[in-house]
Amino acid sequence: MIEIKNLKKSFGDNLVWENVNLTIEDGTTLAIVGKSGCGKSVLLKHLNALLYPDEGEVLIKGRNVFQLSYVDLRIVRQKFGVLFQGAALFDSISAFENIAFPLRYFTSKTEKEIRSRVMDCLEMVNLSNIGNKGTSELSGGMRKRVGLARAIVLEPEYLLYDEPTSGLDPETSDEINDLIIHMTKNLSITSVVISHDMHSVLRVAEHVVFLDEQKLSWQGSIDELRVADHKRLKEFTKASEYQI
Amino acid sequence: MQLFLEIGKYSRLLYEAIRSATEFKTYRKNLFSEMVKTGTDSLGIVSVAGFFTGAVLTIQTSYQFTSALIPKSTIGAITSQSMIIELAAVISGLVLSGRVGARIATELGNMRVSEQIDALESMGFNSVTFLVIPRVVAGILTFPIIYIAAAISGITGGVLAGIMTGSVTVHEFMEGARMFFFPWDVAFGIIKSFVFGFVITSISCYQGYFASGGAEGVGHATTRATVLSCIYVLLSSFLLAAILL
Ligand SMILES: Nc1ncnc2c1ncn2[C@@H]1O[C@H](COP(=O)(O)OP(=O)(O)OP(=O)(O)O)[C@@H](O)[C@H]1O
Ligand SMILES: [Mg+2]
Repeated sequence: MIEIKNLKKSFGDNLVWENVNLTIEDGTTLAIVGKSGCGKSVLLKHLNALLYPDEGEVLIKGRNVFQLSYVDLRIVRQKFGVLFQGAALFDSISAFENIAFPLRYFTSKTEKEIRSRVMDCLEMVNLSNIGNKGTSELSGGMRKRVGLARAIVLEPEYLLYDEPTSGLDPETSDEINDLIIHMTKNLSITSVVISHDMHSVLRVAEHVVFLDEQKLSWQGSIDELRVADHKRLKEFTKASEYQI
Repeated sequence: MQLFLEIGKYSRLLYEAIRSATEFKTYRKNLFSEMVKTGTDSLGIVSVAGFFTGAVLTIQTSYQFTSALIPKSTIGAITSQSMIIELAAVISGLVLSGRVGARIATELGNMRVSEQIDALESMGFNSVTFLVIPRVVAGILTFPIIYIAAAISGITGGVLAGIMTGSVTVHEFMEGARMFFFPWDVAFGIIKSFVFGFVITSISCYQGYFASGGAEGVGHATTRATVLSCIYVLLSSFLLAAILL
C-alpha cells in the first residue's frame, strides 16, 4: 500500500500542488489525469523520492520514503519500475543493452539468462526484433516500449507509467493497455498511470484522481467517474472524448 | 549568497562522490572508457598546442637575447624549463577546459534533462557514483600523461624551431635544457596537472549534473563549465605556484 499524506510541492515561488492525500491499495491501478503542467509527472516522482516535497509524506508499507537513509531508499526504489514520459533511454548503449542494464548490475544472471529475459520483455511490448538498434534509430513509440520493457525487466512490485500510450497508434496503445492490465491482474503489481487518454484510463484503471487548480480536485472509482458531478472534471473528460 | 549556495551544492556533490567511491564495481567499466575518451580527446590537440608554444618560445627568446655574452644554451634552458614548470600544464589545462569540460557538461546535462539521471536513480543506482566518479578519477589519472606529452612536444617544437631559424643548435639547446633540468620541476608540473584534472572534471560534472531547462539549459551549462574551468585552472595554477615554489 502506498499512502500519500498532506503532500505539498513548489519550485521556488511556483506552487505545483498542496494538500494531496491519497491511498493506493496493493494490486490496483490508479490513473492520474489532469491538464498539461498541472504536476502529474512531479507527483509521480515523489512516490520513489526522485523529488522531495516541501511538506508531507509518502508511506510505502508504512515507511516514509523521504526519511529513509540513501542506502534504504535505493532498496525501496528497486521495487519500482518507472516508465518516464520521454522514455529516458540511455543513449550511449543499444536498445537491448538498455533493457539488460539493470539485470547486469543487480542480478547474477548469466549472459544466456540475461538474453532470454530481455527477449521475453521485448516480446511483451511487441518489439521482438529491434534488439541491437541504437536508441537514436527508434521511433518515439518504439522508445516508449523499450522504456516499458526496461521498467518491467526486474519484476517490480510497483509500476509507474508516465503517459505510456501517448504517441502510439491506437492498436499499439491497446496492446500496451492490455499489458498494463495483465501486469496488474496476473503479477499483482500495483500501478500508477498518468494518461491524457480517457479511453486508456477507462480500460486500465480502477481508481482515478484529477489534479487541477493546484490540488487533488477529485478522486474516486471508475464507476464514480462516469457519474461524477464535478464541472471541471466533466469538461476535462469530455474534451478528451472528442479527441477519439 | 548565490555563490555560497553553489559552493555548498558543489561540495555536497563531491562529498557524495567520495563517500560512494568504494563501490568500485559500479564504475569500473565507465572509468576505463572515460580514461580512453579523455586521452583520445586531448593527446592530439594538446601535442599540437605544446609544439607551437615551444617553437614560439624558442624564437622569442633568441630574439630577446641578442647579446653575444649570453650563451646560446640559455635558449634551451628557458624554453624547456618554462614548458615543464608552467606552460605544458597550463596550456593543456586551458585546451582541455574546452575539450573535456564541454564534453562532460554536455553529456551529463543531456542525461539530466532527458531524465536519464532520474532513470538511473529510480533503478537503485547512485547516479553520482555511476557518472561523476569515473569522470573525475579519469581526469586526475590521465592529465599527468597529457601534461608529459605537452612538455615533450613543447621541447621538440623548441628544438625544431631553433634548427629552422638557425638560432640555436640541437646540441646547445639540449645542453641548456639539461643544465636547468630539476626533477622537482617535473614533480611540480605533475602535481599541477593532477589538480587541473580534478578542477576541470569536477566543475564540468557539477554544471552538467545540475543542468535544467531543456536543450537551452544544457547549452548554458556547457558554456559555464568551460569558462569556469579556465578561470579555476588559472587560479589554481597561481595558488600552487605561490604555495609550492
Ligand atoms: N525541475 C523543475 N524545476 C522547476 N519547475 C519544474 C520542474 N519540474 C516541473 N516543474 C514545473 O512543475 C509544474 C508541473 O510539471 P509536470 O511536469 O509535473 O507537469 P505534467 O502534469 O506532467 O504535464 P504534462 O502533461 O505536460 O507532462 C510545471 O509548471 C513545471 O514547469
Ligand atoms: Mg508530465
